[in-house]
Amino acid sequence: MKSVEYRTATSAQGGLVVMAGVPGVAAGSRVQLRDHAGRIRSGQVIRTADDAVLVEVFEGTDALDLERTWVRFLDEPFRLPLSRDILGRVFDGTGRPRDGRPPVISADRRDVNGEPLNPAARAYPREFIQTGISAIDGMNSLTRGQKLPIFSGGGLPHNRVAAQIVRQARLLGEASAEFVVVFAAFGASHADARFFQESFEESGVLNKVVMFLNLADEPVIERLLTPRAALTAAEYLAFDLDAHVLVVMTDMTAYAEALREVAVLRGDVPARKGYPGYLYSDLAELYERAGRIKNRRGSITMIPVLSMPSDDITHPIPDLTGYITEGQIVLGRELANQGVFPPVTVLPSLSRLMKDGVGKDFTRDDHPHVASQLFASYARALEVRGLAAIIGAEELSDADRRTLAFADAFERRFIGQGEDEDRSIHETLDLAWELLSMLPPESLIRVSEAELAKYHKGAAT
Amino acid sequence: MGRILEINGPLVRLELPQTTIGEQVRVGRLGLVGEVIGRDGDTALAQLYEDTAGLRPGEAAEGLGWPLSVELGPGLLGAIFDGVQRPLQAVWEQSGDRIARGVAVPSLPRDVRWHFVPDPARRAGGMLKGGDVLGTVQETESIRHRILVPPRVEGELLELAPEGDYAVEEIIGRVRLADGRIDKLQLFHRWPVRTPRPFRQRDHAVAPLITGQRILDTFYPLLKGGKAAIPGPFGAGKTMLQQQIARWCNAEIVIYVGCGERGNELTDVLESMPLLTDPHTGRPLMERTLLVANTSNMPVVAREASIYVGITLAEYFRDQGYDVVMVADSTSRWAEALREVAGRLGQMPVEEGYPAYLGSRLAAFYERAGRVETLAGDHGSVTLIGAVSPPGGDFSEPVTSHTKEIIQTFWALSKELADARHYPAVDWLESFSGYVKSAAKWWAQHVDPAWESARAEALDLLAASEELQRIVNLVGVEALSGEQRWTLEAAGLIKEGLLQQSAVDAVDSFASPEKQFMLLAALLEIHRQGMKLVRLGAPARRLIQLPLLAQARRWKSQHGSDDLAALQAKRAAIPDAFEPLLQEYASTAAPSVPGEAAL
Ligand SMILES: Nc1ncnc2c1ncn2[C@@H]1O[C@H](COP(=O)(O)OP(=O)(O)O)[C@@H](O)[C@H]1O
Ligand SMILES: [Mg+2]
Repeated sequence: MKSVEYRTATSAQGGLVVMAGVPGVAAGSRVQLRDHAGRIRSGQVIRTADDAVLVEVFEGTDALDLERTWVRFLDEPFRLPLSRDILGRVFDGTGRPRDGRPPVISADRRDVNGEPLNPAARAYPREFIQTGISAIDGMNSLTRGQKLPIFSGGGLPHNRVAAQIVRQARLLGEASAEFVVVFAAFGASHADARFFQESFEESGVLNKVVMFLNLADEPVIERLLTPRAALTAAEYLAFDLDAHVLVVMTDMTAYAEALREVAVLRGDVPARKGYPGYLYSDLAELYERAGRIKNRRGSITMIPVLSMPSDDITHPIPDLTGYITEGQIVLGRELANQGVFPPVTVLPSLSRLMKDGVGKDFTRDDHPHVASQLFASYARALEVRGLAAIIGAEELSDADRRTLAFADAFERRFIGQGEDEDRSIHETLDLAWELLSMLPPESLIRVSEAELAKYHKGAAT
Repeated sequence: MGRILEINGPLVRLELPQTTIGEQVRVGRLGLVGEVIGRDGDTALAQLYEDTAGLRPGEAAEGLGWPLSVELGPGLLGAIFDGVQRPLQAVWEQSGDRIARGVAVPSLPRDVRWHFVPDPARRAGGMLKGGDVLGTVQETESIRHRILVPPRVEGELLELAPEGDYAVEEIIGRVRLADGRIDKLQLFHRWPVRTPRPFRQRDHAVAPLITGQRILDTFYPLLKGGKAAIPGPFGAGKTMLQQQIARWCNAEIVIYVGCGERGNELTDVLESMPLLTDPHTGRPLMERTLLVANTSNMPVVAREASIYVGITLAEYFRDQGYDVVMVADSTSRWAEALREVAGRLGQMPVEEGYPAYLGSRLAAFYERAGRVETLAGDHGSVTLIGAVSPPGGDFSEPVTSHTKEIIQTFWALSKELADARHYPAVDWLESFSGYVKSAAKWWAQHVDPAWESARAEALDLLAASEELQRIVNLVGVEALSGEQRWTLEAAGLIKEGLLQQSAVDAVDSFASPEKQFMLLAALLEIHRQGMKLVRLGAPARRLIQLPLLAQARRWKSQHGSDDLAALQAKRAAIPDAFEPLLQEYASTAAPSVPGEAAL
């Protein structure tokens, strides 16, 4: 069947081609279409019966002439050839070289859809990764094997934050485990792609990076494949080559929109905002590929970037993402407008794995309590700030004024830091105490009395 | 033998006459299993529990003759199963890190021999009926597994094996049925998951389920055999709360169903449970726990089934006379799986894509909870606690609103509380419990007669402070009277010193009912003492500065449930902290009119 070309397309519309009279085609099989100009397009079987086969074409069905379209069923799923040589390479959204170098040749070709990891095979992520960014390390820390997205909005510096994490991320006390980056962009602008490329180049990691780029002007449907190809590469690097892999994927919103486009064409029943009901499961198939496996040395840590449409965190894309990932780092416009970088809005941010990866055996004893106290004090301070906006700052009590001063200092000095400033976790925690010392010790209930005595600058001992 | 006609995602159309709806089918070279969900002439529509990639029209298909069923017998406890009861530990050993398709591993281990002790009351020649106890197997140190006669079997016991070691498939007895046929008895039997297991009659739920979480037990109690829901947006703490319940509750068996959620959360349970001990029995928690897992990246069709697998396992232990708790995280993912199937069948969606029968399916599922008199005349219960994941945190969406009408206890999680890291983020105004009266009887008998009034007092205080906070947000705290300011302060004390209870605080993660009540009583005592002083004319400002207020907020973490004498001593010393002020104001002020106290 692989070698036979069929010319029996009966319709082609919106990326979908219907083939007649090709019996026994396997579900999910990869397809090659040759159009009248001799151009090869690739696709996938999404529905198959003896009398009709429905094919999704990644490059789209524009300008297809049914009479002059030849279709081959490759009889296998979409596979990516893998070897160590993928490091340092740049591929397109479907895994073809786009760096002018020859394709990767390998007998090891893997189905990009992967297979679900057995929950009994997983190892729980516990190793603290220091990113050097206080708002992350101190309050929403990242662990090796975690999936922690950045929720952002148009015009916010998510790319710069992601690049800073890639530059600075390291394990405490780590000697020389191999650390590599898989970068996938879908629907990204050329400028964004160039920004990352240059950033990797500057930090000298380019030969440790694999890139999969589907740019904004490239076929939408190809975007459904791009993250899968990237994650297949990541799994190979992590679990075959024992590397610690950091996967950066941007922008998940472009991915979800592509999925919606295809779903509409397929006629799937929409759930919210026109997105198909299976958006959750589909995103989970991607995000859940992060993690650690028992008895394997490597790991996949994932930082998906997504822009929230209209800055709305309840929009289906951030919402469903938040339901799957292990927390989220939320960037905010207000802080960004005040010139705070990175503009991390800490209250809605969360790291679900932090509770198991910081403290005594990982960072410092007081870390969990300090983090909890910062959240409580800052939340309280924002209430006071809201009140001050109503009744005027003059009307506030002394205590409330101190609280306000804390909020300002916290935003400017703790959240805010230089784009090249790489703070150790100790520096972050010491800074936290310096700021908490602006508040009276008796208001700091989340830290212990012993910690207060040890670290609070104004504590009576 | 039939054959595949068409493959469309997880749906396959088969040429397969004579199958019935719900029947299991096996299709293709890989032997993928699924169930029939529709019929049309000679064709059957089936949904498969595994990914269909690679399947082709023309491949073989066969009906298996039975509906989706589970194996019930020794070997369940401590295990982790997938949504159709495949044992994931064994699957891992057999097929590696990734779940390969078409693996067939029996749910219960076939090679383990269990020590069976026949029930002395059973004798050859005696009559047997469904649900009777044939004997026992000590499955774990803390759980004695009762070997039950399958529910629909009835007849004369011809023989029963003597005490000894048997594998689950060995014949341990024979019974002559009414129609003369002879049935074999084994240590296990099968039961179809979509059929509730029978019992003699429903019983009243009487005892509260103690979870060790104050906001639950003290404020919004749940009874053993009750139904509860935990709705909340992502990150609000649904999973943590369910894990806390799974860890610390005083049920005898816990079934943890991870339905469409994260793989790591199950790993967390698998790794942590064996290390923790049951505060009620002192045994490792894993001995009483079993997991059902269909994580979000596993096939959706099995997700829909996983909830039924879980509840059937729960009923089976109930039928042995145990109090069982099943937590399901999350019922929304189950409802979404239902929606996907309905969509593929072309059924008319009514709200947000959900089919019209969403409400009735949910109700029928929760109906399987309850305390019952078992077929053997014993008492057992299934308590059902479902997490709900409303899109965008909007509680008016279909799954949350239907669930709210079905359950009696509603633990509403709030994003605002979670954002401020007030955990558990259970909203004390939005939540409710229909079991307070029954729970009050138990608390009065076992802990303190004043429980109900103390609970009401604290809730009133919280409600009053909510009102006052609104005023403060409009015009500032200066507008409040002294009594009002003190009310606000005392409510803050209740929130931080009582309601907040961190799961990761080693001392306070579990609080016994006695500790819960003592802390509640102590904090209310502080409120009353202060109020007395305010009414005597003491300024609220001075009361708020008392070191006692900061100290009392730490008591929960300073005294564990085994250290109540010290807590009692602190409670007894509360009046001392107010004494100097009392001296000052009792002598100067004539009793003032309430509400007019000076600031
Ligand atoms: N009772 C609790 N005690 C301490 N931390 C909690 C508690 N509940 C939630 N958290 C924190 O909130 C995070 C998110 O909770 P989780 O239960 O995973 O939320 P959900 O299931 O609602 O998305 C946890 O990782 C933990 O850090
Ligand atoms: Mg959860």
